[in-house]
Amino acid sequence: MADRKTLTFALMDAPYESTRNTTGFRLMQIAASRGYNINVFAYEGAVMVPFALQEPHPNAVHGRDVEEENHPLPKDWVTALFAETEANGGNLDWVNCGLCVDERGAGQTVAGVRRGTPGDFWKMAEGSDNTLVIPTR
Amino acid sequence: MAKYLLIESRGPFDSGDTRSYYDLAIGLAKAGDEVALFLVQNGVMGTRIGSKDLGLGAAAAAGVQVLADDFSLRERAIPANGLIDGVSAAPLDTVIDQLAEGRKAIWH
Amino acid sequence: MKVLQIVEAAYRGTIEEQDDTIVWLTHAMKGAGGDLDLLLRADAVNYAVRGQDASGFRVGSWHQTQPPKIENDVAALLPKGIKVYAVSEDTDVRGLSASDLVDGVEMVSHAGLPQLFAGYDQLWHW
Repeated sequence: MADRKTLTFALMDAPYESTRNTTGFRLMQIAASRGYNINVFAYEGAVMVPFALQEPHPNAVHGRDVEEENHPLPKDWVTALFAETEANGGNLDWVNCGLCVDERGAGQTVAGVRRGTPGDFWKMAEGSDNTLVIPTR
Repeated sequence: MAKYLLIESRGPFDSGDTRSYYDLAIGLAKAGDEVALFLVQNGVMGTRIGSKDLGLGAAAAAGVQVLADDFSLRERAIPANGLIDGVSAAPLDTVIDQLAEGRKAIWH
Repeated sequence: MKVLQIVEAAYRGTIEEQDDTIVWLTHAMKGAGGDLDLLLRADAVNYAVRGQDASGFRVGSWHQTQPPKIENDVAALLPKGIKVYAVSEDTDVRGLSASDLVDGVEMVSHAGLPQLFAGYDQLWHW
């Protein structure tokens, strides 16, 4: 695709604490659907986004069992993003910052995620058409 | 002339710093740059007709293209056809368009 | 590619991390060959203030032995060729003058930001 762009995103937020990750995934979904290549540098709390041991739960307040609640697990968003990118001819490179992983015990991730360094983020950004840093607060 | 995409995710009534971000957009526009201010999440809170204008009107008047994420508007029951003057609803795709275009992009 | 790192959030988890994570990231990316400068704005202008002391945190028998020394980390950027800017209106409103800051920090007014930004390919706001 002549106009296949490559975009890099930096995320910082842990799951469930902010809408910023949701907006980040909305943006990446758009990019994936266009067949773009996507790089993600997950820094600090964001290394928990692809954590493999997330589990769904029921919602007694709404009277929903686990299946009915279908509670979002960000790790599933990561897996789905890999599939969506590939289905549209693009590539997703998701890098978890290694030291951030260590201090959080977040080493178990869904398939496709790799461990990396700030140097990887710089290389991703240099090789992209643009980079968007989504900061935490 | 450079092109900028300024994304504002914070609400103007919640974060005192949004005013300086709007001022940054105005400053860039007055310097001759092309500036889009894309409001997302609580950043759309100041777009409802009747809300106190804490700077979005001035940004629009200075030539900043002020856009509001249509999903964020709908999520907050702010009618897309009932926004303050100078603000238009837009899909989030606009952000990807402008990133792909190579605009200098800042998220606040 | 030349990047301006913009740091606004201050003292966010700095005791727990023993660093400001973005000042740290700037050092790390420079070491990996990055071409970056740093702009401190809002509360983060305080990162350049002399005399910060974050020592003494303890929980029971756990004592912090490496408290963050952010002014040192900011100052250490300069000999690496990383320019450090601070927004003058943000220092002024916080009762700070240039003499309160570590040597080498360049002040930039809010009105001067467009011109500063023009010198960079990308602006990363953390």
